[in-house]
Amino acid sequence: MMLEICGLRKSFAGMEVIRGIDLSVNKGDVVAVLGPSGSGKTTMLRCLNFLERADGGTMTFDGETFDLHAATRHEVARLRRKTAFVFQSYNLFLNKTALQNVTLGLTVSRRMDRERAREIAVRCLEHVGMADRLHSYPSQLSGGQQQRVAIARALATEPEIIFFDEPTSALDPELIGEVLSVMRDLAEEGMTMLIVTHEMEFARSVSNKVMFMEGGLVVESGPSREFFSAPKEPRSREFIRSVLNPKQ
Amino acid sequence: MNERTWNILVESFPRLLGYGIRVTVPLTLISYALAMVIAVIVALIQYADVKGLRKLCRFYVWVIRGTPLLVQLYLVFFGLPSVGITLKAFPAAVLVFGFNEGAYMAETMRGSLESVHHGQMEAGYCVGMNYLQTMWHIVLPQAFRTAFPALGNSLISMVKGTSLAATITVMEMFRQAQVINGRVSESLGLYTEVAIIYLLFCTVLTWLQRWGEKKLNSYGGQKK
Repeated sequence: MMLEICGLRKSFAGMEVIRGIDLSVNKGDVVAVLGPSGSGKTTMLRCLNFLERADGGTMTFDGETFDLHAATRHEVARLRRKTAFVFQSYNLFLNKTALQNVTLGLTVSRRMDRERAREIAVRCLEHVGMADRLHSYPSQLSGGQQQRVAIARALATEPEIIFFDEPTSALDPELIGEVLSVMRDLAEEGMTMLIVTHEMEFARSVSNKVMFMEGGLVVESGPSREFFSAPKEPRSREFIRSVLNPKQ
Repeated sequence: MNERTWNILVESFPRLLGYGIRVTVPLTLISYALAMVIAVIVALIQYADVKGLRKLCRFYVWVIRGTPLLVQLYLVFFGLPSVGITLKAFPAAVLVFGFNEGAYMAETMRGSLESVHHGQMEAGYCVGMNYLQTMWHIVLPQAFRTAFPALGNSLISMVKGTSLAATITVMEMFRQAQVINGRVSESLGLYTEVAIIYLLFCTVLTWLQRWGEKKLNSYGGQKK
């Protein structure tokens, strides 16, 4: 087991949005986190990278256990070095070029020399098909291109797991494909990924595990094939039906 | 214009311009540098919400913005000696101009820092940078870009503001015009002349500002 979450809880202003979640991820797993809006998927993901402080819960990562509420600054820093995060709104550094967006984490926080960082960054940008836009600023790129650069930025630090927070939700429909195809490639290469998404078709074909959430709880989780072909819970069945055939 | 007036103006011009370059310009630049340091510190304290210090910063901005610059000059130069703090005219002027404009610039910087999307900070954390690294490489440069026009405005306003230093005996350009005028009594001509030199300085700054904005725009107008 590479990553294990136990009893994750989080509330905002007295409203409990995560009500005790357990989750385990093996190396090479692609876990799709599904569920209706407001079910706490994004908050859960943000808690795992300490972008939000959980109220309680533990996380075991690489054999080391962290308290999701009380982790120290050093623990948080150590954990973040092993993970990467892809945001719904890309969050590329607006004052940096595509290349600099990827190198910054290497040269500044990992103190790598510029030449090596540049090599790695170019390789990562090639990987996501952005090698021809090394010197473009985010404002000069389309949403899909920005998200691909963001994925390159995530890859550069060689994370053990990448968290994706609705990576295609902010994109125009015609740009979604290019991002999903990059993610599909990563999955095939064995990258461990935890993906909050509304792209059901993508989840079905790429993920090997599904976690279906509603109201801050896990309603059902298990292998993707079973979840999509024979969901156990009535709520899961209803959800799959409604998103796969929205008109009925 | 008669010949006497003309001769006075021609003679006084290089003299006034000389005082402008030797006194007004350094007075402005030193005060502005001080103001910038104060502004960044005061804005960062408020942005990072440093407990205790934040209130002090609000108090500083409140007092400075709520009292006239001229009164502040008089207080520091004529008032403080009675409690044992005696400053020479030039340093007193630098302190007052620096702290005065610093309060306005702190507000400019604070607004600009707050306008940087919080996702920039989060992305910095997620690639492994800490708070200071992310501030330095990401948030501050973007905030400066946003603040640049307003900060340029402050500089231009400070150039003209330095003429108030004449009232606390700093021998700068305007004071020099007053001195010459005391001798030759040519108010209209001399004060027009001094006005033109201020205008000249500010024009140069306006050009510099426009050039700087163009430079900074190279990353494609960061907002999207």
